[in-house]
Amino acid sequence: MGDSARAYRELVRAQIRSQSQYRLSFALDAGLTSVMTLLEILTVIVLFRVTPELGGFSLREALLIAALCEFGFHIADLAVGNIEDVNRYVRLGLMDSVLVRPLSPLGQLLATDFPFRKVGRVVQSAALYVGVLVYADLDWTPARAVLAVVAPLSAAALFSAVFVAGATVAFWWIDSGEIANAFTYGGRQFGSYPVTVYPSWLRSVFAYGLGLAFAGYQPALALLGRPDPLGTPAWVAWCTPAVAAVAWTAALLLWRTGIRQYRSTGS
Amino acid sequence: MSRTPRVTPAIRATGLRKDFTVKRKAGRLRRTTHTVAAVAGVDLTVGQGETVGYIGPNGAGKSTTLKMMTGVLTPSGGELSVCGVEPVPRRKQLARRIGVVFGQRSQLWWDLPLRESFRMLRYVYAVPEAEHAERLAACRELLDLDAFLDTPVRQLSLGQRMRGEITAALLHGPRVLFLDEPTIGLDVVSKQALRGFLADLGAGGDVTIMLTTHDLADIERLCPRLVVVDHGRVVHDGTLAELHARHGSQRRVVVDLDTPYDELPHVPGAKVDRVEDDGHRVVFALDGVPAGGLIARLAQQGGLRDVAVLEPDIEEVVARLYARGA
Repeated sequence: MGDSARAYRELVRAQIRSQSQYRLSFALDAGLTSVMTLLEILTVIVLFRVTPELGGFSLREALLIAALCEFGFHIADLAVGNIEDVNRYVRLGLMDSVLVRPLSPLGQLLATDFPFRKVGRVVQSAALYVGVLVYADLDWTPARAVLAVVAPLSAAALFSAVFVAGATVAFWWIDSGEIANAFTYGGRQFGSYPVTVYPSWLRSVFAYGLGLAFAGYQPALALLGRPDPLGTPAWVAWCTPAVAAVAWTAALLLWRTGIRQYRSTGS
Repeated sequence: MSRTPRVTPAIRATGLRKDFTVKRKAGRLRRTTHTVAAVAGVDLTVGQGETVGYIGPNGAGKSTTLKMMTGVLTPSGGELSVCGVEPVPRRKQLARRIGVVFGQRSQLWWDLPLRESFRMLRYVYAVPEAEHAERLAACRELLDLDAFLDTPVRQLSLGQRMRGEITAALLHGPRVLFLDEPTIGLDVVSKQALRGFLADLGAGGDVTIMLTTHDLADIERLCPRLVVVDHGRVVHDGTLAELHARHGSQRRVVVDLDTPYDELPHVPGAKVDRVEDDGHRVVFALDGVPAGGLIARLAQQGGLRDVAVLEPDIEEVVARLYARGA
């Protein structure tokens, strides 16, 4: 275990040394993408300039949902977002080299392509989340305090599962890049708003089918201590970590199946 | 050379298969699915310390077989054990015991100096520092790496990179080394140097070597045992000599004469293969008989200027073997 940890650490370091050759592009990329996070939140605020309520939620409530979802998404994007690169590995047969090493293929891909330029976004969305928690003026209890920490991590696990599952499709279908994006970036958009604004079929598919209601909406309900206008029982919100664990397990199983489907390419 | 297989063979395959499904267009929208057997039931046992040449025409299933043996591809059927474990389910365990050089798939870090790649591999395989240093020192000397150890991999010549790849595959002390066309694209000098290194490695008897190649000089130099595959099946498994014997390869005697004979002598077992240079050169093909009888007979007849005995050409045998399978 210690050996593997050291190996992954070295893989990440090698990535830093390779990237350090391209400093300007790193700086530009890191700077520009940080702006995107702000825009996401501004969108929510702008919406409230035309309506006092969104799907039955006030600005402070809606902001909490959005901030949770954003923070979770950016953690996931930093940790596993680069897994979408797997389709390049599959298309070019590069998985061959990954599979003959004594480390997990998923771990190797993530460490080899670890995107440092995304660190800024995580820091920014973390600050935003803390700010919104203060602004939301919550009625703090010990359970809520724990949830406030666990919820973004669960959201991160949920989005990670979506990233990994989406990327795994590449093992069956090489040109799957855009499809996976629909679920990852689309999921982030979806999860940033109260699910009450969506028609019921979208809710069944994305909010509860894919579990995206647990990225922001459900934990926000529990933190705010308000019942779901759609009538899900209050304890459902507290299942957020369990839902995340189930999603992550499912994604890993799919990934394992995908690896065994790998066909390589002719040499 | 010791070829006594010990208790567990390095590689054992029984009825090994790999099927690929291929979609073909059949009309405007319709597609039909075909199953193609890339490897169609390979039986093979390789003892520890053996060097085996795995050869066959393009598309014969060589690389596919190697990829199953290294845990990259999941077999569709049959049984496979490498270093005592089933490759795919015990992939990580297997990875520590094998070394892999797939010519086109680098194990090295493209943007980093070669030295850095070797250092990384020490962590990836969790090799004790002293062992790693010892193996690296040996490779540096034998493969002459020092001149380009600090060059980024992307700037290496193919020959340099291949020497780097082979070092990378050996640094964790593998028991089996898989080489997929290790000499492809190299210049003559690099090829010879690499062959010399691999021949010594194989002769040491500690490492089992399985290599695919199209280069017949590789086979002659490196592979006491030859496994020829075609259409996913083993069509020959034995020594080079056995391959010649089985496929009727013939030794030839080339005779240069001062003056052409009016009538060519008849010696049992020796047939006239061709006559060149207006009869100044006659080539006989020997059908399993020693050359002595023919040469003595010719000497009697007189006018003999030069005699050469040619060993059978493996290129020819393999070409014939491929053609028959096609």
